[in-house]
Amino acid sequence: MGQFMIRRTLYAVITLFILSLTIFTVVRLTGDPVTLLAEPGARAEDLDRVRAEWGLDRPWPVQYLAFAKNVFTGQLGKSFNYEMPVSTLYFQRLPNSLELALAATLISFIVGIPAGLISAVKVNSGWDSLGKVVALLGLAIPGFWLGLVMILVFSVWLEWLPTSGQGDWRHLIMPAVALGWYFAASLLRLTRSSMLEVLRSEYIKLARLKGLPGYAVIAIHAFKNALIPVLTLAGINLVVMLNAAVIIEVIFAWPGIGRLLYEGIFQRDFPLVQGVVMEAGIMIVVINLIVDILYAYIDPRIRLTK
Amino acid sequence: MVSAIEETSVTEVAVAPREFAGVGGRSISWAGQLPVLPLAILVPFILVALFADLIAPYDPTEPIPGAKIFEPPLWMQGGSTRALLGTDFQSRDVLSRLIFGARVSLIVGVMGTVVAGSIGTALGILAGYLGGWVDQLIMRLTDAWLALPALVFAIFLATMLGPSMWNIVLILGLVYWTRYARVIRGEVLSLREREFVKLAEIAGGSRTRVIIRHILPNVLNSTMVLASLTIGVVIIAEASLSFLGVGVPPPEPAWGSMLSDGRSMLMVGDWWLTVFPGLGILLVVLATQLLGDWLRVRLDPQLRNL
Repeated sequence: MGQFMIRRTLYAVITLFILSLTIFTVVRLTGDPVTLLAEPGARAEDLDRVRAEWGLDRPWPVQYLAFAKNVFTGQLGKSFNYEMPVSTLYFQRLPNSLELALAATLISFIVGIPAGLISAVKVNSGWDSLGKVVALLGLAIPGFWLGLVMILVFSVWLEWLPTSGQGDWRHLIMPAVALGWYFAASLLRLTRSSMLEVLRSEYIKLARLKGLPGYAVIAIHAFKNALIPVLTLAGINLVVMLNAAVIIEVIFAWPGIGRLLYEGIFQRDFPLVQGVVMEAGIMIVVINLIVDILYAYIDPRIRLTK
Repeated sequence: MVSAIEETSVTEVAVAPREFAGVGGRSISWAGQLPVLPLAILVPFILVALFADLIAPYDPTEPIPGAKIFEPPLWMQGGSTRALLGTDFQSRDVLSRLIFGARVSLIVGVMGTVVAGSIGTALGILAGYLGGWVDQLIMRLTDAWLALPALVFAIFLATMLGPSMWNIVLILGLVYWTRYARVIRGEVLSLREREFVKLAEIAGGSRTRVIIRHILPNVLNSTMVLASLTIGVVIIAEASLSFLGVGVPPPEPAWGSMLSDGRSMLMVGDWWLTVFPGLGILLVVLATQLLGDWLRVRLDPQLRNL
């Protein structure tokens, strides 16, 4: 177990190193980031001053070390526009994103898990077909378009819900549905396939042979085990939603991390963009590491493969 | 061979169904027949995209002479035969923009998928066949690139590289190759142990020759299946980038930027600017997903019973 943890942690560190190197290189690959962030008519000496201020006149390896140091100290550089450490901005927005992501997760649970369960238990029935249609539409309907259509129907035509902003549950419901939509479909598919796999297993056959009633087999034996991968996916989805809800947050004027990234793009605030992207990467690598270690703890087969 | 298994972490297994839609398990009863529904949707879109110049009533980038802005579609009060689906904020013809937008979506969708598939398949073969440090390097790179949510990574690259249609193709290729690398590497690891590959090696075939003559033809099916399943994801990603203003630059008509243009008029109920481009995306993605499912069943007998 100890060996497994060390190996996985080492992989996570290597992953973060490559990630930071990638982000660092991309920013500098495109030429001079200063020209991206300076006003179009800026004078040459102003550009030089900005370059010196950001340390861009130093050699690349030195710049990378400064960047890595920033990541390690948890600052992630200073936003050009806000003149604050990116991490401060990021963690200011985090509770808002968390609120939205949790609501979206709840919606994906309410839709995805029961629908996946019914599809698996009544496989190849009308319910299963309905589940397939929902799963297909979950992928085909872009969440942000669904958001726009919901604004049209529920805010403009019916005038039931506010169009945007943060407030009570009425502000939350449309962005949460728009964001959770895709993830509901992915949970549905996973719940279905996970359930089908469990239902085919030996211990379920045994439970049936023992004469347990059908619903008890499904509820007590099958569902509990099928839930493990589903909850794992939901956990990873939550972290993805925290960081990747860019369009949904823009459409609904939700003051979260995605909107921060969008502001960074339009204010040509490259330290902000770079920092938010790096922070998103760190969060996902860490959650993957935690999930892997928990899995190995639960299931010895995983840690014994090496 | 053992190394094939140990590299795959639990999270990957848990996340797999989300990674390439469809593998999560849909049994399709119409295997073997022609995929009528997806073709019935896709073929008209492809024809429209190919012959956009002949079909579109107006230049999509120029205002209709004498037309007002935000004219509604023909069948509504104030509509006219001049602009069948109404006009946008620059009194350009919505129908013509939709028609040319199909071209943008399909080109970016197909070419982005080709770029992603080529990079991913090549790296997957190299990692799987050469093994050792090459394998380690490629797989760690794959991990790092997978750590970023695809859309956030694409936004980051688009911000840094600047908007143009071919940049978007390149960016989406660079973001979406990872799934191919993972799957193809796994296949190559087992192919490498097969008799015909061993024989080719014993017969003195060079590595390059073995890869091109024996490995590549045997993984192309998987590449095709993955490509057909990810093309919809790429199309939605392009629409998302264009919506955020970092995709295909104006005045070029892309469905995503049309949605963004129509957003301000959503509040007064001008629904046609939002509904039509979204329906375009929905139908094309739906059709490619169905086609992908069909292809998966046809080309990959192992997945048929999922």
